[in-house]
Amino acid sequence: MRNIFLFIRRYFHFLLFIVLQILCVYFIVSYSHYHKAAFGNFSNQMTGDINRQYNKVEQYFHLKKSNDSLIIANERLYNLLRENYELPDSLPRTEVDTIIIDSLRQYRSITYLNAKVVSNSVSTQNNFLVLYRGRKAGLREGMGVVDPSRNVVGIITELTDEYAVVMSLLHKDSRISGKLLKGGYTGTLIWDGKLPNLVTLTNIPKSAKPAVGDSVITSGFSTTFPKGLLIGRVEGVYTDPSSNYYKVKLHTAANFYNLQYVYAIDNKHQEAVNQILDKLKKQQ
Amino acid sequence: MSNLVKNIVRFILLMLVQVYVLDKIQLHQMVTPYLYFIFILWLPFHMNRALLMLLAFILGFTLDGFRHHPGFHAAACVLIAYIRPFLVNLLIPQEGAETNYEEPSIQSMGGLVPYLFYAGLLSLLHHTWLFLLEAWQFGDAWYFLVKTLLSTAISILLILATEFLFSRKQKFRTNTI
Repeated sequence: MRNIFLFIRRYFHFLLFIVLQILCVYFIVSYSHYHKAAFGNFSNQMTGDINRQYNKVEQYFHLKKSNDSLIIANERLYNLLRENYELPDSLPRTEVDTIIIDSLRQYRSITYLNAKVVSNSVSTQNNFLVLYRGRKAGLREGMGVVDPSRNVVGIITELTDEYAVVMSLLHKDSRISGKLLKGGYTGTLIWDGKLPNLVTLTNIPKSAKPAVGDSVITSGFSTTFPKGLLIGRVEGVYTDPSSNYYKVKLHTAANFYNLQYVYAIDNKHQEAVNQILDKLKKQQ
Repeated sequence: MSNLVKNIVRFILLMLVQVYVLDKIQLHQMVTPYLYFIFILWLPFHMNRALLMLLAFILGFTLDGFRHHPGFHAAACVLIAYIRPFLVNLLIPQEGAETNYEEPSIQSMGGLVPYLFYAGLLSLLHHTWLFLLEAWQFGDAWYFLVKTLLSTAISILLILATEFLFSRKQKFRTNTI
């Protein structure tokens, strides 16, 4: 026993060093579990407040660019207005409607919630955005996030009452399923950690013929993103010699260098679908 | 200004500069400018080694808080805090010379070359360990090597610029302990 104490006293600094290093590696590896519980709430609140103050100044430098993107988004929305369309002239005919249930009535399944970006990074290996909108504003974990032109940006991973942290496409753990608009082949989007605005679509079979410039859209297989949102355009196609798949490099449609406002996608079916999936997992 | 207040101010200022100035500069994807760890380089000579490591851990952990992924910078900072006393012993011109001055600087390390070696080796270690932990998942040796070397070069430049811009006036204390 005495020898143990002597040993500890003698190598105290080395042992402390090892303990701290193990602690750090533990944080890194078990990030997703630990993070949400303890680290998340406190540090997100702290850094969120500081980031918001900083953003009050910084946003002026981006006003021109965010105005431009809002004008483009507005133009698209104006073109969708109902008053732009005309109904066919059906006056001369009289018909008695016998359907009791109005099958033409639509109901809403998706709502867009706007949020201000207070912090954004592209230069590290794991990039996050911080939004000044949180649980109070109706944001939930697992919601998809798009830029003003509805190009995919990322997924909400953490929440406090006032802030939300978004894992952007430029994160090594980000896995979003994408689909080639031409041909309809689906694959998984990953980021190799090098160039921002350049992501890789994997698992595209050789039978697909992706060409440079093709659009890649969200597949709609998950409830995170509705089908058909633009992710990016093909920049190059590479064969992976070790497998039977193509690696497709994409230039992202969203410009990650300049995100000022984003929209979170609230899918009304998300909770119900997740419940069923959880139930299935438990049964297995 | 007392040592404690001075270091607290340094901590906050360096963290703000790192997060809101250096992290916003996108030179190239290969280069990430880091300066915040100069805080560890500037801590007093006579500081307890355990305290040194704990302070480094807190420093790294704070930056990790802004990056939303705990562990990476804390690990790198703890490593250089552990190595620092060995390096100081190795580089100090004569025995006991570290008691002449309060903290490491060009003046107290006995010239530009030893100080550059001190700062350069510690920033190389910091970057190597940091990018190694980050590259774990990516696994591209050349990318990792080039990024480490380039970022170290930029860090040394930043440290030198900081040294010359903000000269720290240090009193020569008696060489009796």
